[in-house]
Amino acid sequence: MSRKIYTILSLLLVAAFALSACGGGATQAPAEPAATDAPAQPAATDAPAATDAPAEKVTVTWWHISTAEEHKAVWQKLADEYMAAHPNVNVEITVLENEAFKTKLTTVMQSGEPPDIFQSWGGGVMNEYANAGLLKDITADLDADGGAWRDTFAPGALGVYAYKGQSYGVPWDMGMIGFWYNKELFAQAGIDAPPTTWTELLDDVKALKAAGITPIALGEGDKWPGMHMWAYLVTRLGGQANFEGALLRTGSFTDEPFVKAGVMLQELVALEPFQDGFLGATYGDEATAMGNGKAAMELMGQWAPAVQKDNSEDKLGIGDNLGWFPFPMVEGGVGDPGDAVGGGNGFAIGKNASPEAIDFVKFLTTAEAQQALVAINVAIPVVKGGEVGMSDPLMITLQQSLANAKYFQLYYDQALPPAMGSVINDSVQGVFAGTLTPEQAAQAIEDSAAQELK
Amino acid sequence: MFPPISNIFKLTRGTGAPRRFQDNLVIFLFLLPAIVLFLLFVVYPILQSIYYSLFNWKGFGPAVDFVGLENFKNILTDKVFMIALRNGFLIIALSLFVQLPLSLALAILVGRDLPGRVIFRTIFFLPYVLSEVIAALMWLFILNPDPERGFINAVIELLGGDSQAWLGNTDLVLLAIFAALTWKYFGYHMLLFMTGLQNIPTEVEEAGRIDGANSFQNFIYITLPLLGSTIRTSVYLSVLGSIQQFILVWIMTRGGPVNASETMATYMYRFGFVRFQLGYGSAVAIYMFLLCLIFSLIYQRMTRQPDYLTGL
Repeated sequence: MSRKIYTILSLLLVAAFALSACGGGATQAPAEPAATDAPAQPAATDAPAATDAPAEKVTVTWWHISTAEEHKAVWQKLADEYMAAHPNVNVEITVLENEAFKTKLTTVMQSGEPPDIFQSWGGGVMNEYANAGLLKDITADLDADGGAWRDTFAPGALGVYAYKGQSYGVPWDMGMIGFWYNKELFAQAGIDAPPTTWTELLDDVKALKAAGITPIALGEGDKWPGMHMWAYLVTRLGGQANFEGALLRTGSFTDEPFVKAGVMLQELVALEPFQDGFLGATYGDEATAMGNGKAAMELMGQWAPAVQKDNSEDKLGIGDNLGWFPFPMVEGGVGDPGDAVGGGNGFAIGKNASPEAIDFVKFLTTAEAQQALVAINVAIPVVKGGEVGMSDPLMITLQQSLANAKYFQLYYDQALPPAMGSVINDSVQGVFAGTLTPEQAAQAIEDSAAQELK
Repeated sequence: MFPPISNIFKLTRGTGAPRRFQDNLVIFLFLLPAIVLFLLFVVYPILQSIYYSLFNWKGFGPAVDFVGLENFKNILTDKVFMIALRNGFLIIALSLFVQLPLSLALAILVGRDLPGRVIFRTIFFLPYVLSEVIAALMWLFILNPDPERGFINAVIELLGGDSQAWLGNTDLVLLAIFAALTWKYFGYHMLLFMTGLQNIPTEVEEAGRIDGANSFQNFIYITLPLLGSTIRTSVYLSVLGSIQQFILVWIMTRGGPVNASETMATYMYRFGFVRFQLGYGSAVAIYMFLLCLIFSLIYQRMTRQPDYLTGL
């Protein structure tokens, strides 16, 4: 009896093994479009793909990282609406947490099988994928009908997803980094207006310190928060020409603005403006300090208020006490004081994407879709008409600042190849810790550039 | 030719060469699945790593930029790798001279017939059951530099001391991580030692005591030697674990601040998966592999004396 069971069990095991071995490529059975109440979308968006009659079933794979409930629901609703309007298309959504997404994407990229549509921040990482032929060139789709699709986007934001003149993706959100500050703590230190110059910022730091307040929260253990401070100084000091010169190798990352930014950073660090243990702190610690009113300011992107709330004890953050001001101008810098350092979210298109997939992305970047995101405060719109319904005054200030920027500098760790981004993060941390001089840090970055930017 | 008794066996199975062949075939067939898996998932990746380590390769498409032994040379001249190596040896030394003796002491304590020992045994073993990620996150909270949030700093302030930025201070960070490592793994070694202690016949210790040995002498001359094989296993696992230590360090500090807590594994990960320099990362992996292999070979040769109890 028991022998029989063993035989059956082992047979089952063998069968399971064999099946799982050859089942790798199989996809799930297409789920029926679930949307019942979804209103059919106006035909304006479905152009070339949607042909008449019983078209072949097409599956569109889509990986996004919007794990927050509300946000996830908006994406799902849009997908449902699209599937209801296009019964032949099945959108298969995979929701992944940020870090898990990066790991999983790296793996599928190495095997050469990217999803049709996936989260991207553009810039260096996307360029690597484009270089390896893993992405689909959608320039023609953007330019179709006299550039109808292209013209809906803010050009600066769209440019982040172009490489060597060809587009491989589209943005759905674009923001900028700036200082978020606690108005109450500023008032306690006797500061009546946010600083507009670097010198004023240093003075305010001193005033805050004198009042016994931690001036700046910084999670430098994660490296990128402090790196943005250096990047902004470089941008203010050298402007567009400086960075592009270094990038295109007509200049160098040891040019004066890169070194001087390090020197100015050292001046700031010497004032000890950060919370205790900032070198080992995470971005979460930084947001916690801000959200609980324990620090007067942080230099961070458009997502900062949400994260502050999430990390605060009462889940409310500092409410109306939160203010925003752009990175101050730097005396003697040639960069325009309005230039913005920032970045945002977008979708890259995998090399195997069908025309339906591209049409679906088009649908995801309509003004209506953008408004749905704006309504729940998870994106700063990049499509004309998307800003309708923006209500948060801070976000409106930020969005206008961004719209007025003459030069948009994508985050260094995104704009440059991943290896360089990592070297910049490590080197700037060295400047914060005092283990590297500004010259050594600049040299380390230049050494990496010499390798990566051939 | 054969004594008649062998005929009994001859009834069921062949003898001589054919039978040996048959036996070997059976052995081979039983081993085959394991061999296939071993070749596929252990040997093949190692060979692949060796191949990639000779290239400047970003991980996409075929590797084409052949650089020979350049990666291996660059690693040895990289200051950060030297820090990682030094940290590795420091963690090994601390593990051997702090963590293992502690585990042994606790094993002896909870191995005794004391009231509540089962509870303590469970408590001591609990950290090992936790996932390494959870342990790391927990220690991040415990070590938080803000005394209002970090438990350890709160205690220090309560006792009138100055709070420390455990993970933000380049001098303290490795010690802080070692504390977390010890907390995570002492229970495991304690369990090994306890099993070893249970295998020691009480008669031997009793005989020692009758002959006039005190507790200390009993421990030095009887318990320790008889624990030999367990200690050897423990040391072996501890050293290899230290060389490969990754998760806890990566989550707690990412090897920082400024590389102060870098281990070889975080160094490898940084180059392989953060900087996408998979060729270079592979070369680091080869160094780690060689280090582990050489250690294993030397260690096994060094500790080949037979076990007192089993004679093996």
